[in-house]
Amino acid sequence: MSKEENTANRPDNTAFTQQRLPAWQPMLSAGIVIPGFVIIGVAFIGIGVALFVTSQNIQVLEKDYTGIETNSSCFKCTNPRVKNCNCTINFSLDKLFEGPVFVYYGLSNYFQNYRKYGASKDAAQLTGDLAYFTEPSTSCVPYQRDAKNKPIVPCGSIANSMFNDTFKLFQIVNSGNVAVPLDGKGIAWWTDYNIKYRNPTTNPLKNAFNDTVKPIFWPRPAYELDTTNAANNGFINQDFLVWMRRSALPNFRKLYRRITEGEYAKGLPAGDYALVIGYNYPVKAFDGRKKVVFSNVSWMGGKNQFLGIAYLVIGSLCVVMSIVMLIVYAKFKFPDEE
Amino acid sequence: HRVDSRTIYVGHRPSTTEAFIPPKFCDNRIVSSKYTVWNFLPKNLFEQFRRIANFYFLIIFLVQVIVDTPTSPVTSGLPLFFVITVTAIKQGYEDWLRHKADNEVNKYPVTVLENGRRMGTESEKIKVGDVVEVNEDETFPCDLILLQSTRDDDTCFVTTASLDGESNHKTHYTVPDTEKDLDSLSATIECEQPQPDLYKFVGRMHIYKTDREPEIRSLGPENLLLKGATLKNTQRICGVAVYTGMETKMALNYQGKSQKRSAVEKSINAFLLVYLCILVSKALVCTTLKYVWQSKPGQDEPWYNQKTQREKETNLYLKMFTDFLSFMVLFNFIIPVSMYVTVEMQKFLGSFFITWDRDFYDPEIQEGALVNTSDLNEELGQVEYVFTDKTGTLTQNNMEFIECCIDGFQYKYRDAVSELDGFSATDGPVSKLQEKAGKEREELFLRALCLCHTVQVKEPTGRGQDHTDSMAGVDGMEGCPPPHEQTGFIASSPDEVALVKGAMRYGFTFLGMESKKMKIMNRSNAIETYDLLHVLNFDPVRRRMSVIVRSKSGDALLFCKGADSSIFPRVRQEEVEKIRVHVERNATEGYRTLCVAYKKLSPEEYARADADLQAARLALQDREEKLIAVYNQVEAGMTLIGATAVEDRLQEEAAETMEALQGAGIKVWVLTGDKMETAKSTCYACRLFQRGTELLELTVRTLEDGVRKREERLHDLLLEYHKKAVQDVPPTKPGGSRGWSKPSQDFGFIIDGASLSMVFNSSESSSSHYKNLFLQICQNCTTVLCCRMAPLQKAQIVKMVKCSKGSPITLSIGDGANDVSMILEAHVGIGIKGKEGRQAVRNSDYAIPKLKHLKKLLLGHGHLYYVRIAHLVQYFFYKNLCFILPQFLYQFFCGYSQQPLYDAAYLTMYNICFTSMPILAYSLLEQHICVEVLLDNATLYRSIAKNAMLRWVPFLYWTLLGVFHGLLFFFGVRFLFGNPALQANGQVFGNWSYGTIVFTVLVFTVTFKLALDTRHWTWINHFVIWGSLCFYVIFSFFWGGIIWPFLKQQRLYYVFAHMLSSASAWLVIVLLILLSLLPDILLVVLRKPLGPRARQVGYITLLNYHVPFCIHGDL
Repeated sequence: MSKEENTANRPDNTAFTQQRLPAWQPMLSAGIVIPGFVIIGVAFIGIGVALFVTSQNIQVLEKDYTGIETNSSCFKCTNPRVKNCNCTINFSLDKLFEGPVFVYYGLSNYFQNYRKYGASKDAAQLTGDLAYFTEPSTSCVPYQRDAKNKPIVPCGSIANSMFNDTFKLFQIVNSGNVAVPLDGKGIAWWTDYNIKYRNPTTNPLKNAFNDTVKPIFWPRPAYELDTTNAANNGFINQDFLVWMRRSALPNFRKLYRRITEGEYAKGLPAGDYALVIGYNYPVKAFDGRKKVVFSNVSWMGGKNQFLGIAYLVIGSLCVVMSIVMLIVYAKFKFPDEE
Repeated sequence: HRVDSRTIYVGHRPSTTEAFIPPKFCDNRIVSSKYTVWNFLPKNLFEQFRRIANFYFLIIFLVQVIVDTPTSPVTSGLPLFFVITVTAIKQGYEDWLRHKADNEVNKYPVTVLENGRRMGTESEKIKVGDVVEVNEDETFPCDLILLQSTRDDDTCFVTTASLDGESNHKTHYTVPDTEKDLDSLSATIECEQPQPDLYKFVGRMHIYKTDREPEIRSLGPENLLLKGATLKNTQRICGVAVYTGMETKMALNYQGKSQKRSAVEKSINAFLLVYLCILVSKALVCTTLKYVWQSKPGQDEPWYNQKTQREKETNLYLKMFTDFLSFMVLFNFIIPVSMYVTVEMQKFLGSFFITWDRDFYDPEIQEGALVNTSDLNEELGQVEYVFTDKTGTLTQNNMEFIECCIDGFQYKYRDAVSELDGFSATDGPVSKLQEKAGKEREELFLRALCLCHTVQVKEPTGRGQDHTDSMAGVDGMEGCPPPHEQTGFIASSPDEVALVKGAMRYGFTFLGMESKKMKIMNRSNAIETYDLLHVLNFDPVRRRMSVIVRSKSGDALLFCKGADSSIFPRVRQEEVEKIRVHVERNATEGYRTLCVAYKKLSPEEYARADADLQAARLALQDREEKLIAVYNQVEAGMTLIGATAVEDRLQEEAAETMEALQGAGIKVWVLTGDKMETAKSTCYACRLFQRGTELLELTVRTLEDGVRKREERLHDLLLEYHKKAVQDVPPTKPGGSRGWSKPSQDFGFIIDGASLSMVFNSSESSSSHYKNLFLQICQNCTTVLCCRMAPLQKAQIVKMVKCSKGSPITLSIGDGANDVSMILEAHVGIGIKGKEGRQAVRNSDYAIPKLKHLKKLLLGHGHLYYVRIAHLVQYFFYKNLCFILPQFLYQFFCGYSQQPLYDAAYLTMYNICFTSMPILAYSLLEQHICVEVLLDNATLYRSIAKNAMLRWVPFLYWTLLGVFHGLLFFFGVRFLFGNPALQANGQVFGNWSYGTIVFTVLVFTVTFKLALDTRHWTWINHFVIWGSLCFYVIFSFFWGGIIWPFLKQQRLYYVFAHMLSSASAWLVIVLLILLSLLPDILLVVLRKPLGPRARQVGYITLLNYHVPFCIHGDL
């Protein structure tokens, strides 16, 4: 037998085939874990305190305007027969509500995350593809076509059920009511109104909607959603985009306006305010609630006590556990250090 | 109906007397392939979907296609398609290879003699009855009856290396007295129907001659040339085809072995069932709650979400059913397709480490370990019983002639002093010191050794090949016998070679056999010639073999050698005693002993024996029985001449290996066909029996006390031993106690074949009772020795233990054909690449060159494989539970509308891309304890015994961990979303952001969990773990960063980027990951065993395979 044959059958002597790859074999010993826990604990407590303080400093003003109670000013509007109902909620601030102030509307027991509801839209239509204006996707049924078999644009349940209450905020001063300007820009994701949703290129926009009808529950067609700003119409209307981003949970809030202009940019000064609500959106039927929320935000977003508390709890837990481990190991004289 | 025999017309020539109806036989095409081009797709798909898992996924896929379900059919169809395609390609490729191999065989050019003309044709066209010509070094195209050979002793040599791996040359004989002219031969062959036994063939040939009565010749396996064997040392032969194509013995033997399933696979199936129940109950809960919830006014159909006309019209129960199916589809990821793929890949790739292991390489045979099946890797870590063969397994099967005894005088061969007459008496009986047996007796004994065997002399290669007449070369050889020590002998058993070589040392050299003449060279260098008349073959039942030869002087002599138990009753009793002493002493020293006897046959006796033998050989039915009867009749009244002792050395490190196995809590049973004394001494030598071991014997010897009947004695002994070994032993605590506290008294049990069959075959009523007692005794003994076992009995024992309570995992290891049955029977069969052919290796699951390799195979590889695969399985279930649980919980918040929490891409990719590689790498590379430590501390093997990591407690631990993580992921994010304004610019997050945050936490947590469990970080682990996480992040960026034209909805557009821009999202992700892993980190730290051995094996007691929460005990 020749030498080559001798070695031909012999397995290769590589680290991999012999399972001898150099390896790091970490051991979580008390010497690492106890200091590690202390560090993590301290860090978490630090973050927790920061979060908690930040969250505490965020001012929030919530007003439920569903009008369930008979003494509520909005009670009259809960009757579905009343059209174009307005109601007013008065509130007063005893100190400056720091700006920029964000106005949210909140709905509860409202299942925007319902699967069939979520699927009820035509994504191609919403990118401005005119082919789908005449032939909306079947996923939009029962809001695909109206009774006269005309295509609905934008079709589907989500668009159809767009939130349409309106809010106007007035500061009550001696000279009368001063309107607080509400800024409707910058409430939707930048990527939504710049890329994801597109209007048809037709000019004027109105022409693209020929031979289509507006969603059944809408007061005005899509190209007239914003009467004050022509650019904020069609599928890139920011209120529409905010609505189209479905909420994760049945109790949710969505951004309505920001107060960023004029003298109110720094916040709402102490004083009396009147919130005039154009009450259009029915929620009583499904036992829902509506509210309006004024809030300012921090680096962590809106007010959220959960994070701060969770960090504090976990942080202290780590510290406590490191102390327990220290005691246990001290009692057993650090057996792994021997 | 089936006829017992077939009739073949040689050369398709009808015999004159009968009307010729050409019988139909199958053609000579070998079809080992499973598919053709046309039926591949349907047949392969059908076979794949017969697997329960694939079928399940197919159903899920179909439901997704038919019913309006939350996820698109792509999510489950794509992985399924992938798995099915990969498997189909693999099987298709394998089948293509088989087609190629088949074609090579079927199109092989052969020569057929047809009416005197030599016709070239293809192998597949051979028909039964064709006369086929085969040249040297060609393989036989079908099973042939040898009619003619160019060797002038009417023999030919073949090797059956490709059939049973035996590479020695075997002699086959032509049918005696057939005409040299095959064209004029008119004959029919009557033989049995095809059967797979390679070594059995019964047939009869009728030769018709025009003027005489037809002559009849018997045909046996020595006349049959098997397809697949190769012609050697013979220029050319002609044979008639008797079995063709799929009816050849090779094809009949081709049928695959029955599939063995590992215990881990059974565990997986059990867990699968649990998860299936979880899945169904989840779907049921959701469906029920959905309709309860909808019954509340205003919930079913709020104005903003009105139903379509079709939905309103659908029957309520149908709706419920489709809802149920939809939930099933939504949660079906809890049982992932990928688990099966990963497990198979792990097994397949993992088995390479066995083949690659250099420690298994044996320079002698120049081979390493062989893996025949990769399904049982982990079973190697679970073995509780090892059944080992003795000869060739515990011992080397490398026989050396040690001594002999002639007429009661001992002759010991000493290498250094080779006296002129070859004999020197040493250590003989004191009274007869220096005495020798008579010269005549000595020579008779040595002649017996030289003649009574089936050894062949290896013909020197390269000789006679250039000569057209090969006989010239052989003739030339006669004059100059090769130097003694260089003579190569070929024999089926190494004992025979040892004996022939032993005789050679004393001056009697076997020169070889030519045309039935055996030549030996005696001490005075004269050549003696004997006619070989008959060989009475060895078989394990008779345990002896004989030859009948005729000497020059014309005497017919019968020489017989065999085991003492089979010779002593057949010789004159007065001779027995003086030899028995030697035989027994040799046996206790661990030598293999054979007794040699002879008998001079008178011409009348010989004539009768000859006639009987011929008659028995011709018998078509019960030929074996008839032959044995004749053998027994002939081998009677012999004279005992002497006995031989041959040493069979222990295998390297046999004792160490056995000790390690016992230390690992494995019970070793020795099953051997050998004598009790020999086997016992081997057991002592291997330290299976120790000084303190109390031996319980249940053998023919202990059963015969002469007073009572055997049955009664058996009953008494069994009860006595049972009392000793089972009842009187302090009961050990069930479960955990095995191992650490050694039982006060070791018991060894010895049983022989005869007693065993008594235990098994005693009267109906007591049989099961005896069996039970026997089993209980055996289970309480550290070692059991079963000697004088027939192959089938070996398998019987294995089966008995395998089916006993607790169904322990059994392993059989052996090297010979007689071990095949037990190798096939045991859970794991291991073949040793020994000297007794390759049958054991072919039928084994793993083959190793030496016994010593068993230690590393079990304690090293087996242990690691088990830990790896167990962790893999548990981890897979865990990671899918915490993957799907949030999706389940989300249903409570979305009106039970089957809204998926995660995007379809995430649903599909989770198991395929994001979390699959780290666990695969782990399951291939993990060494929680390094191999050296595992080998040094055999007791570590016990820590994983009884499927420790896949029992219900660890399963519960992993399941609870999964539930804990799932709850944490979902509710952690749920509380965060109490205020969905999570961006610094006051904008809000929607449902896909919610899902993405949960999913990010999930991917990171399950990967980190694996990282925590990884004890052995090679660069591959680093690469796949960190690589997977990076891949997830990069994938998410791209998936959400581009408007994908093939997607209908850009649901995740910039969701991931927005998530990363939110500080709160970051903080919650970090928080949840840490919180999830906190218990694990704590367990790892607190679990560290304290004590003196902590340093060495400190990190072995992973949380994985100990009951969690047992830390208090340790502290």
